[in-house]
Amino acid sequence: MSAPSDNMPIPAPAIHSKPLFVRHLPYFIGAAILVALAATMRFDGYVHNILLQATTFSIAVFGLSVVLGLCGQINLAQAAFFGLGAYAVGIGTTDLHVSFWLCLLGGCLISLLAGAFLGMSTLRLGGHYLAMVTISFQQIVTLVMINAIWLTHGPDGVPNIKRPELFQSSQSYLAFCVAMLAIVGYLVWHLADTKLGRAMRAVRDNELAAGVNGIDVFRTKIYAFALCALLGGLAGGLFAGGFAYVSPDQFSFAESIVFLTMSLLGGVASPIGSAIGTGLLILIPEWLRFLKSVPGLYLAIYGLFVILIIRFMPDGIWGFVADAFTRWRAKTKAPPAASALLLKPATVGGDTVLEVTGLSKHFGGLKAVDGVDIAVKRGGVHALIGPNGSGKTTTLNVLSGLYEATAGKIVLDGTDITHMPPHQRTAAGLGRTFQNIRLFRSMTALENVEIGAERPGNTMVGKGDDALTERAMEALTFVGLGSRANELISSFSYGHQRLIEIARALASNPTLLLLDEPAAGLNSTEKLELHELLKRIAAQGLTILIIDHDMTLVSEAAQHITVLNFGRRIADGESMAVLRHPDVVSAYLGSE
Amino acid sequence: MDLVLQLLFTGIGIGAVYALVALGFVLIFRATNVVNFAQGEFSMVAAYLMVVAIEFGLPYWAAFLVALAGMALLGVIFNLGVYYPLRHRTYLPVIIATIGASILLANSVLAIYGPQPQVLEGWFETPGIQLGPIYLDSQYLLIIGVTICLVIFNFWFFEKTLLGKKLQATSQDKEMASLLGISVSTMIMITFIYSAVLGGLAGILVAPVLFVSIQMGSTIALKAFAATIIGGFGDVAGAIIGGLALGVIETFGAAYISVPYKDGFAFLVLIAFLIFRPQGIFGERVAEKA
Repeated sequence: MSAPSDNMPIPAPAIHSKPLFVRHLPYFIGAAILVALAATMRFDGYVHNILLQATTFSIAVFGLSVVLGLCGQINLAQAAFFGLGAYAVGIGTTDLHVSFWLCLLGGCLISLLAGAFLGMSTLRLGGHYLAMVTISFQQIVTLVMINAIWLTHGPDGVPNIKRPELFQSSQSYLAFCVAMLAIVGYLVWHLADTKLGRAMRAVRDNELAAGVNGIDVFRTKIYAFALCALLGGLAGGLFAGGFAYVSPDQFSFAESIVFLTMSLLGGVASPIGSAIGTGLLILIPEWLRFLKSVPGLYLAIYGLFVILIIRFMPDGIWGFVADAFTRWRAKTKAPPAASALLLKPATVGGDTVLEVTGLSKHFGGLKAVDGVDIAVKRGGVHALIGPNGSGKTTTLNVLSGLYEATAGKIVLDGTDITHMPPHQRTAAGLGRTFQNIRLFRSMTALENVEIGAERPGNTMVGKGDDALTERAMEALTFVGLGSRANELISSFSYGHQRLIEIARALASNPTLLLLDEPAAGLNSTEKLELHELLKRIAAQGLTILIIDHDMTLVSEAAQHITVLNFGRRIADGESMAVLRHPDVVSAYLGSE
Repeated sequence: MDLVLQLLFTGIGIGAVYALVALGFVLIFRATNVVNFAQGEFSMVAAYLMVVAIEFGLPYWAAFLVALAGMALLGVIFNLGVYYPLRHRTYLPVIIATIGASILLANSVLAIYGPQPQVLEGWFETPGIQLGPIYLDSQYLLIIGVTICLVIFNFWFFEKTLLGKKLQATSQDKEMASLLGISVSTMIMITFIYSAVLGGLAGILVAPVLFVSIQMGSTIALKAFAATIIGGFGDVAGAIIGGLALGVIETFGAAYISVPYKDGFAFLVLIAFLIFRPQGIFGERVAEKA
């Protein structure tokens, strides 16, 4: 566990000195050139249509890169959301004589609401439900488009859809769509590095860990899903204006699969990949037009493609490029932290940081935890020990909100947290690590710790991304891994991963730190270093509640010990006295 | 009242088909923790195999056996080509791969056989019998009878035979099962074969009632999946009750509310269940396990 010491004072470097807009200037210049080209180059009608289709489809596929790529949730109804936007513009500008802009906005809104509703009804459940419910939604939308003739004109579709006054010519409309594509692409690209984007990636990598790091998992998923639906609606509205005609078969389940394939082929995690995938899957069928002469052949090949991509190229075409970039970035060193990590645990309540009274957790007839009282005094290390199956980890899971308590009360620093979900407990000042390490595996060490630092209510981190990075670097430096901040989690040893998890919790400046068997799987040198680390943490006044089997570590580190056996508390008090308590001895060694 | 009874009969008949496909879903889900989105295509492919075999001049029973054998083979190919290579990945890639497989199967059949729906004769010569006020269609009677037999067989197979118990052990704890000397990959293979045959059977049974078409697979699969959620996800009894309930709801909905939206009722019921009782009638685990 020995990392090169980078606790030396180093002159503060300038991190990210240039403002965001300046750093991203090349993107905007590139986008402006593309828009100018779209506005001035002469295309024949065929090329124009292909470009318009690629542009609008790309926006819809960007939606999938948010929901599937960033957040790891599936959406098999993107064509339905696309269709909602398209029909809003179609029906609105023809039958209702409403302005294009209002219709576009209305379509986006309808898609957004439909997406949010679907998400709210399903996203608490597992991914299979979402897959099926989105397919169901897709079917219902198609049924309505075909059968509600009074509204949608049925299978005949809606002709003569209007464009806005400003972009009457097809050339200027294309330029407008390309500009929209550039803006949406920028937002989606940038989203990954915002707080919301990091939360989505955290949810994708590990929902449990995301929850205990202060992320509202359910809400994050809904945002991702609703955003995806919104982009689908926007793309559909633009599509309808561009082609002036919509009909139900353009928004069928098969089209949803086409969107999905585009997203997977290009690389689901990035908008660049989405655009590449969309472009290819619009062009390839044009080159292979003869395939369309046999009905079904074309989609059969799509289906085969999906299986092959998933098996052999799970990150898509852009994934290869992005991988190389990540490897390159791992070699770069993050600027070291300017100052040492400061922990300033909040002190709202009195002497007791955590007051647990009569806590019970029953699984059916099994009383895993039964009427346990724990009072953790402010400052120092409190240990919770007990033989296997005594209810320690269950207690910790109830404390951090992964299980709902059957009975009892938990007060953290004066706040009753008994009925809060995990992310709210984290916001209230709880930090924890897991016995089986739960890090966000697709992210770098630094990004992992940044998510910790983003805990709602963390007073130790200033405004802006730079302050966040600084705080995370301080925490990583504190555990001795500052020089390896940009490496992916998979390149760290087990012991180092444990340290990153502790750094993630420390960066959030918790009031109470719960450590679930931190010494498990460590060798003796690593255990010694862990002990040193605990001392340094405790020295800053942060209270630690630790569960462990390692009696040496517990007896040396903890001042106060609570012992559980069969879900009940059998001893509590000052360390040495507790370890000599006859009940404790017999619980561990068996009675005579 | 007569109409109600008549509709009830028809509803249970069509519901039995959903129940059979739902059973296939549940068996694969329990064995692999993955929902097979191509389950409905198994029914569709079997129905087409049956049509082809009869065109070749085989007698009905022989065509039936050929179709089921074909389904067993498809189960093997599906497992090796779609599930097995991805077995160590998370559920998401596997779901997407099974969706890909479903698109591939449906459209391959379309490319080979064309879009015209085919007609498959029923098993019996007599179209049905009049029992008092209601008319019992012979094919529906057959469907209901076969479903009852299969449910009994299923119970006997999983509860009373060693192979059934090995399959159960595999579905509950793969690592432990393999430590006990059970070949997990063989068990999963058997599950896929059994589910494919089950799905195929449902397709062959329902084909004379519906048309044999490319869409029949996805329609049946969606209803069957809704049935598993309504019954309680992962629960065998729930799948059957859910399937029957859905068949009845749909039949009554079509008769009393709207025919064009017949296929929409299942989804409305599904969404209502997800909002108000996500654990379904028989209340199984709901959220993804930690």
